[in-house]
This record gives sequence, structure tokens and C-alpha cells, in this order.
Amino acid sequence: MISGKFFAAGADRRIAITIAILVAVAIVVPILNLALPPDSALHVPSYMVALTGKYLCYALLALSLDLVWGYCGILSLGHGAFFALGGYAMGMYLMRQIGDRGVYGNPLLPDFMVFLNYKELPWFWHGFDQFWFAALMVMLVPGLLAFVFGWFAFRSRVTGVYLSIITQAMTYALLLAFFRNDMGLGGNNGLTDFKDIFGFSVQANTTRSALFAASALALALGVFVTWRIVGSKYGKLLMAVRDAESRTRFLGWRAENVKLFAFTLSAVMAGIAGALYVPQVGIINPGEFDPANSIEVVVWTAVGGRATIVGPIVGALLVNAGKSWFTGALPELWLFALGGLFVAVTLFLPKGIVGTWDQWRARSRHRAAPDEADGDAGSEEEVVVRVEPRPAAQLKPPHGGLAPQPAE
Amino acid sequence: MGRSAALTVLAFLLTFLAAFISPASADEAALRATIAKFAQAKNFQATESVVKELAAAGDPAVEKPLAALAEGDLYVRKSDAAVFIGRESGQAVKLADPLTGAEAGEAAKSEVTKVRVNNSLRRAIREALGSLTLGAEDPAARLAAAQTMFRTPDPDAIEALDAAIAKEGVASVKTALEQARAAAALASDLPEADKLAAIQVVAARGDRDALSLLTGFQARAEGPQKEAAAAAISTINSSLAIWAAGQNVWYGISLGSVLLLAAIGLAITFGVMGVINMAHGEMVMLGAYTTYVVQNVIRTSAPNLFDWSLAIALPLAFLVAAAVGFAIERGIIRFLYGRPLETLLATWGVSLILQQAVRTVFGPTNREVGNPSWMSGAFELGQLSITWNRLWILCFALAVFFVLLFVMKKTPWGLQMRAVTANRRMASSMGIRTPWVDALTFALGSGIAGIAGVALSQIDNVSPNLGQGYIIDSFMVVVFGGVGNLWGTLVGAFSLGVLNKFLEPYAGAVLGKILVLVLIILFIQKRPRGLFALKGRAVEA
Repeated sequence: MISGKFFAAGADRRIAITIAILVAVAIVVPILNLALPPDSALHVPSYMVALTGKYLCYALLALSLDLVWGYCGILSLGHGAFFALGGYAMGMYLMRQIGDRGVYGNPLLPDFMVFLNYKELPWFWHGFDQFWFAALMVMLVPGLLAFVFGWFAFRSRVTGVYLSIITQAMTYALLLAFFRNDMGLGGNNGLTDFKDIFGFSVQANTTRSALFAASALALALGVFVTWRIVGSKYGKLLMAVRDAESRTRFLGWRAENVKLFAFTLSAVMAGIAGALYVPQVGIINPGEFDPANSIEVVVWTAVGGRATIVGPIVGALLVNAGKSWFTGALPELWLFALGGLFVAVTLFLPKGIVGTWDQWRARSRHRAAPDEADGDAGSEEEVVVRVEPRPAAQLKPPHGGLAPQPAE
Repeated sequence: MGRSAALTVLAFLLTFLAAFISPASADEAALRATIAKFAQAKNFQATESVVKELAAAGDPAVEKPLAALAEGDLYVRKSDAAVFIGRESGQAVKLADPLTGAEAGEAAKSEVTKVRVNNSLRRAIREALGSLTLGAEDPAARLAAAQTMFRTPDPDAIEALDAAIAKEGVASVKTALEQARAAAALASDLPEADKLAAIQVVAARGDRDALSLLTGFQARAEGPQKEAAAAAISTINSSLAIWAAGQNVWYGISLGSVLLLAAIGLAITFGVMGVINMAHGEMVMLGAYTTYVVQNVIRTSAPNLFDWSLAIALPLAFLVAAAVGFAIERGIIRFLYGRPLETLLATWGVSLILQQAVRTVFGPTNREVGNPSWMSGAFELGQLSITWNRLWILCFALAVFFVLLFVMKKTPWGLQMRAVTANRRMASSMGIRTPWVDALTFALGSGIAGIAGVALSQIDNVSPNLGQGYIIDSFMVVVFGGVGNLWGTLVGAFSLGVLNKFLEPYAGAVLGKILVLVLIILFIQKRPRGLFALKGRAVEA
């Protein structure tokens, strides 16, 4: 397994580079935005900072999906729900920060509650005037939902497509629920008109830069955590569940617990991404729960390359940059492009950009060093399940085991 | 004065008697004499008494002057106090005979005076017209008159009603007349026994009108009458509750038939083939747009064929959707067999492309698809109100279901489909062209989605987003019913439809839907393979 080690070393270096880039960006971009005069060639305009900060949140969301889809084989079509729940928790904090500066000037109740004739704050709004509480809820609410949902789903062995469909139903149900005015969360309009965060105006350039830096650092932390998890013994188990769940179970592991941990952690990551997203775009509304959004996250991950840590980040940045460009230049064609992307990636680029790059690198390395490849790495590539009939004696694989059967 | 009053009463009785014996032979001269009294009526009360007198004549001919009076078109000529129906035209008024409607020349506006009416008089005229049609030839008109009189009970009409009941031959009209009489009796000062009997009659009717009538009566009644009314009200309430439940069941079945139509194609592509087709909703949309195009062509080139538009659209929608499905299978899905999650993503991409394509061609707004005449309107069944289009869609959904069941179970093609599903390699070695069967099966499922679109275009907005609204529901139905089982889809669709409609009154439409989704999610935990799971021994089926 020399090539395996090679990959590991390559991956490690890549992770280190990614984290370094993210940290550097978190430091440099705010400086370029704030310290340099607007007419300087190196000046980063404020809208660029806000836009890229938004993309970084999307990248964290894609990374969280990669943890469950790429490494555990759970295709969640409801990750947008965790993202939105984190966003709502943050939005509630920001609403409480408005205080009496709203249109109606009510010191306690947000504007929409005054408008809807609420007499007092609903119970679940208490505590959101404290940031620590809101921050806790950003992680706790998506995490708890994922835990309960996953606990039921994995225990009864709902797998594959069925799981995908019920996660989609989950986010659809939440979409409908959050559209209701009775929810006490702003209904159709969601939460908006935020004034400040920690006492700093959300509109100010410094705050935007700080949020950008926070997003970049959160993404760097997410990369680090994912990398450590994937590299650990638990990570091996995660991939074992992905590739052959029944076998893992027969070996004595509790596949449902393995999946539950990854699913919950991933939901928490998505929640944090949502929480960082909301102050940067200035609004959170039920549209974020739209099942279509969640599926779009899947395509970011797929474009970049699932089961690679850097892939989802690359995918999220590329696809969203493309989206911004298309919706500006050719709004009619964006859905064609997105739809075509879905089809093209699944048909021609199943490993995504980063995965395909790795494959190409491995192949060229293999060609460059034929002596080394003669050993393990070469034979590994040669084991292909052949369909054409073979003599009965050869039907039995040499080691007595069948080729891995993909779980459904 | 006393003498003329006695004469009036006599004339009234005589005309009434005449009407009673044979309304057609009511003396025209007597009617004209009565109509002439409009000229003498100095105030609204006087006019009203003339109206009542006319009504009492029971001759359908008086409908014309009464209707004209209600419209304010009855005029008196100043010179000879003759009464005419008039139509204003410029400065002149065209006069017509009040009974026959024959032309009677013109008069300047200054030569005639209008017989003035007010609201209470208009009501009296309406009631008079209602009782008048009690003698109509057409049973439907008599029934309508009886219903009107039930809703506006008038104690004075009891005698007329009694007379009408006595000569009524049609049972349903007779019942309605008796109910109208009972309603009038409750409003009158008849003895208690009569009123108690009337309560029973009204209670037997058992609808909302009866309920409001009895509630009003109960408020002013006393003693045993009040108790009887209260008992009757509670009986009506409980029977209304049953009818309301029945109505909910009907709404639920109606919703279920829509779900069945939307899901049945998916039951083939997802249930039988195991292909996750997220573009299924777009096949429904294509079917709906095919209907739109067909109707457009018919409107411009052959308007008299409009009632046939749906029948023409059905095969076309099937072909369009099946062709698109065939192309998707050959172009994309066949490379992705065994990779369901990738199939899901690719078909989602296809759905985005199809939506945007339709939006580009037809525009983003809703397109209007008309109902043919045989699908418009509604009818009443007891207390249930049933619209024709919903009923047709139910029949259509069931027909599609059973045809599909027949194709799957009884035709060689269906046998091949099932063989390929059960064991692809074995089927292949028996000489079945499995790729071909795959493509045709997918085309069949898509084509059925297309004809579902024809039906759904009748009750839903035809817009590029039409399919999006059905895709999650369709998957829920198929998964709930059990994958690979057509009967499961049928039961799943109807039980989800009925459940949804029963939750709606308690929880509201949106919350009801959320509850259903949550229930399905919980249900899938309990039975991951649906209601009617295929039995098997595989660890990972």
C-alpha cells in the first residue's frame, strides 16, 4: 500500500496548504479592504468581501455534507435545513439586538411580532439576547434535530435513497412550518433589518471584514476537524460503513452509532455555517429550507469531489462564482447550466474535480515509477470484476473473499 | 267601504278557487281588473296588497307584470289610468301589455308615472313569484319555488301550500312542499300539535337551512316546543357531522386520486425499476403543457372540437412524455444503473433543464387550460357537493391504475418487465433484451406521468413549477405504499389523501401537511419498506 501512504502524505500536505491559505486570507483580505485606499490596485472592494464571505459559508456547508455523503455514504438532501436552523438562531440574536430601534420602537418585541399583535415574547425567544446562548443554540438546535432524526432513521436501518427522500421531506416540512406566521419566527418574511452584532453595525466595513475573517477561520477549523476525524480510527470505520455496512455490522460494530455521530457533527457544522451566513447577507427567511437549495449543496460537493476534503470547498466556490456570473450576465441560462452541471458531473466526472485530479496524478506517477508500481499498487488496480464468463476454476477469487459488493 | 272590501275578499276567494281548480283558466278579465288597481295604489302598502292579490290568482301569466314591477318597469298612463310594462328609450317609454307583452305604442315620459317600489315590496314580489311557480308545469320550477318558500317562511302561504301539496304528484317535490309548509307553520300561530309535527318534518330534512330555521324557532319558542326543537337540532347536528365526515372523505379521496395520478408513473420508474427519477414532476408538467398546446390549436382551428380536447391531448401527452423519458433513459440513466444517488442528482439536473426550457418557450406565467363542458359544474348527493372534474379525475385515476395493473400482470411486456426487475441476468440469458425493456419501462412510467398531467391541468395552475409541487408527495406515496407494489401505491395515495383532509380542519392546511410528512417519516422508521413490502431474505434489499 505504498500508494496509499503516498496519498496520505499528499493529502496531509494539501490539508495543511488549505488551512494555511484560509488563515492567510482571513488576515490579508480584511487588511486589503480596510487599510488600502479604494483607488489602490490591491484594494478589495467591500462587496467582494461580503460575497466571498458568503461563499466561504457555503463551502463550510458543502464540507459538512461531504463528511456524511463522501465519507459515510449518507446522501442528505436536507442539509440546507440545518444551515437554515443555525441561521435562524443567529437571526433571533440579531433581532433581539435591534432593541427599540425598530419601526415600532418596541424595546422587547421585534417588529413583526408587534405587527402580528403579539403581547409578549414567545418562550423560545428568551435567552437570545445573550450571544453565548444564541451561539449554543446555533450548534444545539441543528445538532439535536440531526441526532433525533438520525437516531430514528439509522436505528431502523433506513438507508440509501429512502434516507435521501425522508431528509428531503424533513426540510420540506420545515419549509412549510417556517412559512407560517404562527411559528413566531417572522413567517414569510423571515428575520431581517438587523442593526448590529456585538454592538458593531452589521453594515460597517470593519464588521463585514471581521465576519469574513470569522468565516474563513471557521472553514479552516472545519477542514481541520474533518481531516482529523477522517484520518482517525473512527474515520476508517466511517468509510467501512459507507462501503459495506452489513459487513461492518457483522464484524461487531454498531453501524448506526457510527453514522449518528457523523450526521450530528455534520449538522452542527452546517448550523455554524448558517449562523455566519446570516449577518453577512442580512436576512434569513424560510426560502433557505427549500429542498432545491439542499440539492444544490450536493452538486457543489459533487463538482469538487466527494470524499476529498478540499473538493467541496473548491466546488462550492466555483459553482457559486459561476452562479453569480450567470445570474448577472445570462439569467435565462443559469438553470440550464446548473442542470447540465448535475448531469455532466454524474456522467463524466463522478469523482469531481479534485478526485479526478488525484486519479490523473496517481496514474502519471504510476507511469513514471514502474518498478515501484510492480508491487502492490499495480495489482490493486488490476483487480477488476470481469463480466465475461471465465472457467469455473477461476471464478473463485484467490483469497476466498468476494469482491466488495456495493451497498445499495 | 265595507261593501267593496267584502267584494275584494270574494273576488280573492273566487280567483283562488279558480286557480285551485285549474290555473290555466283563470279569468283574464279578473286579472286585468286586479292589475288596474296598481293605478289606484297610493302607497307601498296598497301596492303590496295588490301584489298579494295577483299572486293569489295563481296564474303563471301574472309573472310578467310582477317581474316588471320588481324591476321598476311598470307604468300607469295618466290619461286613462291603464297599466303597462314600459321600457325607457330616450324621452319616450315603449309600452307593452302587462299580461301578453304585446306592443302598445309609445308615450312621452311626462304622460306616464312609474309604479314605485321599495325593498320590502321587492321582497313581497319575490315571495309572490315563488308561490306563483308552485303551480308551474315544470317539476323543477315547483321544487325551486318550494325551496325558496322554505327559506323565507310566510304563515300566509300555508293555504296555498296545502293546496299545492294536495295536487302534487311528484314525490320529491311533495316532500319539499311539505317542508316548506312546516317552515311556514313554525312561523305561524297554529296550535302546538301542528308545530310539533312541523318540527319533525323540518328535522327530517336535516340540512343547514333546517338547522338555522329550527335555531331561530327555538329562540322564540317555549315549553315542549322548545324541547322538541332542541332535540331536533341535536339530531340534525349529529347527522350533519356525519355528512361533514363524508364530505371530508370525498375531499380526501379526491386528493388521493390526484396523488395516485401523480405517483403512479413513479411507481413504475421508482417502484419497479428502482430508478430515482427526480424529473418525474416535469413529465407531469409536460403533459399539462401538451394539453395547453392542444387546446390552443383547437381554439384557433376547430372550436367545435373543444369538448374533445382532453381526449385528443391524452395520447399526445403520453407520447411526448414517453419520448422525453425514453431519451433520458437512453442518454443518461442507463449509464447510472446501480448508482441510485447519482441517478437522483442527474435526474434533478434534467428536471431543472426541462423547467427552464418550458419557461423559455411558454413564459414563466400560468397558462390557462379550459374545462370542457362535461367537466364543469357540480352536483349534490345528499349533503355532499361533488364537482364533476374531481369525479372524472377519480374515475380516470382508477382507470389508469387498472390498465397499468393489467399491463404489468397480464401482458408479455409486463412479464418481461417483472422478469428484468427480479433477476436481470437470468432474464437476459432467457433472451430478453434487458436494455430495451429498461428503456420501454421508463418510457411507460414517464408517459403515464404525462397523462396525469392532462388530468392535473384541469385542477391546477399550468406553470413551469407544476411538477415541483408533486414530486415530494409522489415519493411519499410510493415509499409509504411500498416500493415495487402497485396496490401499495393505490392504498398509499388514498390513505394519505384522506388523512390529510381529516387533519386539515383541526390543524389547518399547512400544519396538516406537515403532520402528514412527520407521520410518514415516523412510519418509514417503523416499516422502512412501506406498507406492502416485498418479502425477501436479503440483508440489503
